[in-house]
Amino acid sequence: MTIAVPAELADRRTFKFDMTWPVMFGFMAVLCVLIVLPISWLVYYSLTAVDPVTQARSFTLDQFRTLFSDPEFVDPLITTVIIAVSSSIACCVIAAPMGWLVARTDMPMTRTIRALVTASFVTPPFLGAVAWEILAAPNSGLLNKLFRLVTGAPQDEHLLNIYSLPGLIFVIACYTFPYVFVLIANALDRIPSDLEDASAMLGGTAWDTARRITVPLALPALLAGALIAFLQAMILFGSPAILALPAGFHTMTTKIWSLFQYPPKPELAAAASLPLLVLTVILLRGQAMILGRKGYTVVGGKGAEPRLIKLGWWLVPAALFVTIVLMLPVFLPYFALFNAAFSPIATTLVTPFNATMHNIYFTFFELSSTKVALKNTFLLGAMSATIGTLLALVISYLTARQAVRGHRVLAFLATAPIAIPGIVLGVGLFLSYTRPPLVLYGTLWILLIAYITIELPAAYQQLQSAFKSVHPELEEASRMLGASRLRALRDVTAPLLRTSVLATWCFIFVSTIRELSAAVMLFTSETKVVSVLIFDLKESGDLGAISVLGISMLVLTFIVVVGVSRIPGFGAGTRLRNT
Amino acid sequence: MTSNFTRRGVLKGGTALTAATVLSAPVRAQVTAQVTAQVTSKAPPASAVTPALIEAAKKEGKAVWYTSVDLPLAERVARSFEAKYPGVSLRVERTGAERVFQRIGQEYGSKIHAVDIVNSSDAAHLIVWKRQGILDPYVPEDVAKHYSDEHKDADGQFASFRVFLCPIAYNTNLVKKEDAPKSYADLLDPKWTGKIVKAHPSYSGTILTATYQMSRDIGWPYFEKLAQQKIMQVQSASDPPKKLALGERAIMADGVEYVCFQLKEKGDPVDLVYASEGTPLIIGPNAIFKNAPNPNAARLVQSYMFSAECQQVCIDAGGLRSAHALTKEKPGRTPLKSIKLMKDDAAAVEKESENLKKRYTQLFKV
Repeated sequence: MTIAVPAELADRRTFKFDMTWPVMFGFMAVLCVLIVLPISWLVYYSLTAVDPVTQARSFTLDQFRTLFSDPEFVDPLITTVIIAVSSSIACCVIAAPMGWLVARTDMPMTRTIRALVTASFVTPPFLGAVAWEILAAPNSGLLNKLFRLVTGAPQDEHLLNIYSLPGLIFVIACYTFPYVFVLIANALDRIPSDLEDASAMLGGTAWDTARRITVPLALPALLAGALIAFLQAMILFGSPAILALPAGFHTMTTKIWSLFQYPPKPELAAAASLPLLVLTVILLRGQAMILGRKGYTVVGGKGAEPRLIKLGWWLVPAALFVTIVLMLPVFLPYFALFNAAFSPIATTLVTPFNATMHNIYFTFFELSSTKVALKNTFLLGAMSATIGTLLALVISYLTARQAVRGHRVLAFLATAPIAIPGIVLGVGLFLSYTRPPLVLYGTLWILLIAYITIELPAAYQQLQSAFKSVHPELEEASRMLGASRLRALRDVTAPLLRTSVLATWCFIFVSTIRELSAAVMLFTSETKVVSVLIFDLKESGDLGAISVLGISMLVLTFIVVVGVSRIPGFGAGTRLRNT
Repeated sequence: MTSNFTRRGVLKGGTALTAATVLSAPVRAQVTAQVTAQVTSKAPPASAVTPALIEAAKKEGKAVWYTSVDLPLAERVARSFEAKYPGVSLRVERTGAERVFQRIGQEYGSKIHAVDIVNSSDAAHLIVWKRQGILDPYVPEDVAKHYSDEHKDADGQFASFRVFLCPIAYNTNLVKKEDAPKSYADLLDPKWTGKIVKAHPSYSGTILTATYQMSRDIGWPYFEKLAQQKIMQVQSASDPPKKLALGERAIMADGVEYVCFQLKEKGDPVDLVYASEGTPLIIGPNAIFKNAPNPNAARLVQSYMFSAECQQVCIDAGGLRSAHALTKEKPGRTPLKSIKLMKDDAAAVEKESENLKKRYTQLFKV
């Protein structure tokens, strides 16, 4: 039986406006503005200079000449590379055995360990650096005081000096190793044990199996982790500003930032930003090449649980190792911060006799920036998380379902910001939005743009892999029943992705709160955020107020994370995946 | 560098002036102020705090003070203002004076007018802002009556909110009084290598001003040698005293006197040394901006800050010195008139500022 379709109905279907294309172009345009605009200004500024007489801009390579010949710039560049390489190696040396212990052995309390690693990820690196100042400043540091107390060493001897290149590398590694740990632990989680079983059955010893099966399979993740650690160390601003400047040396990020001090030299800052950008792009290409070969790690098929190795009496040194590793970025720094919050002098141990509420009173009742900064931080965190998640959701849908022809461009644009270090983006956005037609400097919008741009790649990657786990047939059913793409997305896919969406939201929220390098370039007095306020307080040495603010910031973060992790099926550790 | 001296600077010379001339007697000041006002000044007549001003300020409800005064003291001043004038809140936006200057330049460059009142420990900034024509002339009654000529702009655009020194200091647990350095030359002794903390002239107006006065009076070789002493380089001039109190370093090569007083009087192991070569004198003027978003509140704040009441709070609790003739120095502190001072010269600092920062960065690497 055939049903004649009335002509006008068929027509209506043909003429029905498909929202996909405008949405697609809209998003492409948004991404272009977010990324291409600041980068173009950076390049333009780096290659031009203002003629002092005519005020006209003309082409010049002077900035680059200065950059690569003046020791004032060459030294920081070399220092930065040394820091990035060493802290990347340190991260791998620590994270690889720890990841293996957690994923592949019968180590107890692995959930707690993973959660604590997350805690070190949530801790802003600059806060960690301040905490380590309190712990390991050569003369007043708590650990050095303990050292002198135990050994009876004279006053001017010290065990640790945090204001040094090794000190800085150590602190950077403390807050970068979670990236490597999560990559390695996840990779080891996924290595099916049948390959290892096969090796054992063929007569391989445990050592052979490890050497020929497990390590090669985990190697891509380790290398990827090393690259990420390198990148993180290279683009970090807060820790070097806190630890390197007192020691009398610069890294690239602090140098770029210092070029914005009076008298500002935006051209030179732009030029100095570009090597970071280029290095990042190269490294990410390298990472993509390595990860591109990762496919063979899943050949084992479904359901093969990794076989846990029995540690036996090795448990003791293993547990000791893990405890020490977690002491460094989490337990010791938080102890130092809590101590400083209630102590009259940050480096004096709190006792019932000297405990004071002064710092808390000062921070919340006298410090007039606290309220503004907390409000801005919370607002920006929530807005960036919401807008960023929505943006990432739509883009990852379009690319995961290959819904439109340009999806590859879209995917590229969404991941491109990962190559832009925060401080570089800060410079670029400053150059873009302090001039008509769009003067956004001085508003929260410019910070919102910065945060969304910085967080988009991670959000996109998380949601894209989530989309891949939802089979398209459900959407196809919805489409066949006459729903538009957007409706299918809203009514079918979105509910299925709820957990991932919330996890992504949470991830952006946390990352926004701990961001300093872009914010420090873009804030004004009315748009100050907590990270910038802490940095301000650091420069005038108000450690008590920093500790109180830092702890409040973490409580805020903790409340949000707990709020999200109460949703069934979502553990705190999963937020770190794909970062 | 001598060639860059202003005529006035050369006339007054590099000799140290005693405090008696810097803070002249109130009577003479009053007379001269009136004379100047009648003859050359474009300064508006002195304004008292009227009920109408308070009412108008309350309508605005708030004011923003960009300042480089050490944060706890700045907030204390703000809270004491709010206690006196309930209904008007005063928000403190504190960072180093050089940052304040850069921030205001950057904000004004983008037509953001967020600042109402400013205080800078680099008096040269006021010269620049005045030249740019962005300051609002306003003379509080107290300034007209009780501040000497040296401490107020002839055109009524700014006046000295605070006066303080940039001395040497040391941690009394780590250094015995008799071993403490007596002069800048003493700081170059190898026994202090790695034990000195020092603030930065690109951040702090106090340090920039002090660096100018010291390079003029004792010369750059001092800084060249100091740079070899493995100093701990902090940013704010209020940080070195705090590093002393922590016990992190034994000696402070430069930093603000008032935080040293605060710590010392609180019982922390900090004591001051006024170097035999002379001690840099820092003057921190206050001004209102023409484009202040809260013009009436700004005037009320300005009047309050120059009152004897507020100035005495700054002295007693804050450790500052004051140019207000009716204030009293706190007993136990070395009186200003018995200290050998270096001469302040804001105009020269203004000309030299960029050079000073550049040269300093070359020597100290950051």
